[in-house]
Amino acid sequence: MNFGLTNDQKMLQKEVRNFAETELKPLASEIDVSGEFPSENIKKLAEMGLMGIIVPEKYSGSEFDFISLAIAIEEISRVCASTGVIVAVNNSLVSYPILQFGNEEQKQKYLPPLCIGEKIGAMGITEPNAGSDVAAMEATAKLNGDHYILNGTKRFITNGTAADTFVVFAYTDKDAGYKGMSCFIVERDLEGFSLGKHEDLMGIRATGNCELIFEDVKVPKENLLGKEGDGFKICMNTLDVSRIDIGAQGVGIAQAALDESIKYSKERKTFGKPICHHEMIQNMLAEMATKIQAARLLVYYVGYLKDKGVKRFSKESAMAKYYAADIAVDVTRKAVQIHGGYGYTKDYPVERFYRDARILELYEGTSEIQKIVIARDLVK
Amino acid sequence: MNIIVCIKRVPQTAEAEVKVDSSGKDIEKDRLIFDTNESDTYALEEAVLQKEKFGGSITVITVGDEDSEETLRIALAKGADEAIRIKVEDLDELDGFKTAQILHKIIKDMDFDIIFTGCLATDDAYSQVGTTLAKLLEIPHASLVTKIELSENSADAYRELEGGLLEHLKIKLPALFTIQTGINVPRYASLIAIRRAARKELNEISKTEFGEMKSNSFIEELFTPPVSKLAEILSGNPDEVSEKLTGIIKEKGLI
Amino acid sequence: MILSDKHLKFREKVKQFADNEIAPESTELEKKEKFPWEIIKKMGKSNLLAIYVPKKYGGAGLDTLSYAIAVEEIGRVCGSTGIFLAAHTSLGIYPIFLSGNEEQKKKWLPPLASGEKISSFGLTEPNAGSDAAGTQTTFKLVDDKYLINGTKCFITSGGVGDTIVFTATKDPSLGYKGISAFVVEKGTPGFSEGKREDKLGLRGSITSELIFDNCEIPQENLLGKDGEGFKVFMQTLDGGRISIGALALGIAQGALDACIKFCKSNSINKKPLFKMQSIQSTIAEMGTEIEAARLLVHQAAALKDEGLPITKESAMGKYYASKIGMKATSTAVELHGMLGLKKDYLVERFMRDEKLMEIGEGTSEIQKIVIARELFK
Repeated sequence: MNFGLTNDQKMLQKEVRNFAETELKPLASEIDVSGEFPSENIKKLAEMGLMGIIVPEKYSGSEFDFISLAIAIEEISRVCASTGVIVAVNNSLVSYPILQFGNEEQKQKYLPPLCIGEKIGAMGITEPNAGSDVAAMEATAKLNGDHYILNGTKRFITNGTAADTFVVFAYTDKDAGYKGMSCFIVERDLEGFSLGKHEDLMGIRATGNCELIFEDVKVPKENLLGKEGDGFKICMNTLDVSRIDIGAQGVGIAQAALDESIKYSKERKTFGKPICHHEMIQNMLAEMATKIQAARLLVYYVGYLKDKGVKRFSKESAMAKYYAADIAVDVTRKAVQIHGGYGYTKDYPVERFYRDARILELYEGTSEIQKIVIARDLVK
Repeated sequence: MNIIVCIKRVPQTAEAEVKVDSSGKDIEKDRLIFDTNESDTYALEEAVLQKEKFGGSITVITVGDEDSEETLRIALAKGADEAIRIKVEDLDELDGFKTAQILHKIIKDMDFDIIFTGCLATDDAYSQVGTTLAKLLEIPHASLVTKIELSENSADAYRELEGGLLEHLKIKLPALFTIQTGINVPRYASLIAIRRAARKELNEISKTEFGEMKSNSFIEELFTPPVSKLAEILSGNPDEVSEKLTGIIKEKGLI
Repeated sequence: MILSDKHLKFREKVKQFADNEIAPESTELEKKEKFPWEIIKKMGKSNLLAIYVPKKYGGAGLDTLSYAIAVEEIGRVCGSTGIFLAAHTSLGIYPIFLSGNEEQKKKWLPPLASGEKISSFGLTEPNAGSDAAGTQTTFKLVDDKYLINGTKCFITSGGVGDTIVFTATKDPSLGYKGISAFVVEKGTPGFSEGKREDKLGLRGSITSELIFDNCEIPQENLLGKDGEGFKVFMQTLDGGRISIGALALGIAQGALDACIKFCKSNSINKKPLFKMQSIQSTIAEMGTEIEAARLLVHQAAALKDEGLPITKESAMGKYYASKIGMKATSTAVELHGMLGLKKDYLVERFMRDEKLMEIGEGTSEIQKIVIARELFK
């Protein structure tokens, strides 16, 4: 693995940082308070090519590699965690499975609008009674002539309120266990498809998180992604990749918390000197920086494996996701600590970072699930 | 319309902690972030807007070390067609006059209608290269331009003056304009454009090909001025401080 | 971690050497406090003693990353041999390689690379540990020789070193500016070994006091320029931290390997240990942290190979690898239950050995201050 970035990765990092600082940062605190989905940002993100980072140019994507995806998500999450999640979902949870498992027709139909910001993507795996235990899902899709009849409820769906194109998992054959799970592309305007409860979240509040309700929704047969029964495989493969994004979100949020803490520690004085001269503060900052760098390398490492064409990297991606989430919570907690009482107010962004970080340990497989994945691989 | 844009890679010092290095003539740059000089990004954007209107091509030129390749590539990604780096390894020996001379040597043989430069480099704050270059090329110029309208052979350039005045100039092309920030909204380089620009060939010319050139100013010393007696630091809680402050402002007749 | 093919091959080579030549001896070495003379001879033959030193000085001509890999692989089976190698290469050989003149390099490096001679490094003193500028050992130019007086302590391979690099000051009140670096050879009159330490771990390595009592050394034994000793040692320590990080990592990996093996062959109530979630959680944490530490250590090594500054990165690698290593080895003992306390199992040794990594070459506290200082720049 090369520890330095390539020319285009460096340029991408610089330009995305400029973009994020100028275009996304001013809105970050506002949309956190209002919980409003930042629709106007999506156009700008798409113009930058950030809605289809890993999608080939022929489908209107930017055709970058997975390390670059991680870099971009980190930079966006550094200023606005909500936007980081929105972009991550559009890229890894929606565009990626269509790209990887879709047929040519599906790719041509669905990818360009997702890349140019005309449409927004969301993914439906989680259900009220099936979170980390994906196979416990209850949604069903029955073949009926030239379409499937989709029934079920999906919960905690990021981008849900704003999305047009949904990648949804349901059982086509419940008796076959996880081998009976299939994956569909579902468009928002289908009859019987409605949005349920909008979630009022602790962090990443502007991500349009809501429930999806499918009541006898007729999904055209050609919207089946892959073959019948491929659902579980698609789901696992997609999650392996999307853990790169979650890891990158953690690194981005944590880096922002560190940057703010360094800045604050130079300004704030106690006992007659800036607090950055106190060793306990230095201790915290050093620990924060070390862990962030370790997490970043773990995330890049997974990107590197994926770019290199390595087929199985579940352990590594679980490590990156678990570790980055863990340290993001730890680092943001320390950032609030360094800010003292001010860190507990909305006048300083670390309060938001602390809340935003918490989700990372929960979604796309809790930390506990990641550990099981890691341990299973280690004792193999 | 063939446009040349001169750009410079500078350290971002606005929010950084700037320290003078051991030579006493420069700042410590190891930890600083470098980017395209701010007004140069407006100059480039203006060129791209004009090209979109009139066609033609844009050549960006920089006098700089190897690291400034990135600056050129970002410019390519934002719409420039060609990029030239005049290789200089020791940037410290350059003053604005010398830079203008170097640029002149290469630009004088090029075919162009317009040259855009930024109005001021944020690192040395000289505002010298653009105007000197125009003088050397013996073409007309306008500085601190805030609006420009082009026609085939001439340009209508607008400059903001003190007291809210706007000056409107009619200038025959070819001409040089130093561009003020705010004249337009510079675009970002899209990811696709970055990827393409990263692979593009850059033209490199060694400075030594132009023979010896002399600087006409030399830095004696760079230092943080001692706190002047005229400065007064107000202390107290926010209410007290704001009261003192308004008192002073009133006393000086500012409100 | 995916390394280049070249590095992968090298890792495999060292791994085999460690498993075949060192692992069978390691418990015995430690228990009986035997210095690994035989192993060192074999390491010399396999060209493992001066990995990043150019071939013309007898080294292997590889890079720092290869060296970090070797220290890790050896540390995985034997901390004592690992610390010997780390001190020999990073602390003994490196300053000679870094600041010695051609003559000095030709004279001292080849026998050190072949294992004919052993090097050590005298920086620490009773009153100057992590704070290297507090050196009290003095030197004085008398006629054409340097007269050295003072005591060094906690010197790895101290009593057995043949070629010892050390620091002395011309005047303690000058602070770091007065410090120069020298080489003293074993047997020089006035130079002797003091007390040998009885240690918690790494008992197969020798740690002693070195005493300079009006010791005269020739002028040509000055390393680099007079007064530049501090700089030499700071750079040496930057590199040394890579080796301690790598060693901490190796020991941690050894502990993880032992746990995995143990979990596969033991069960409670017929349920294999590795199927229990508490155990899985522990193993996953260890594995993740070790991988993260490995990337940090490798990053520092790779940056060094590119000639880039590594002060922050090497401190991060050393601090983090030793911290998670201590956690991993202690957890490993716990995971083995009562058996973990027994000398028949490797983990209690790993835990004792690992503790040094948090202390040697700058305690974790010092590493954090170094990191913080870099962050404020």
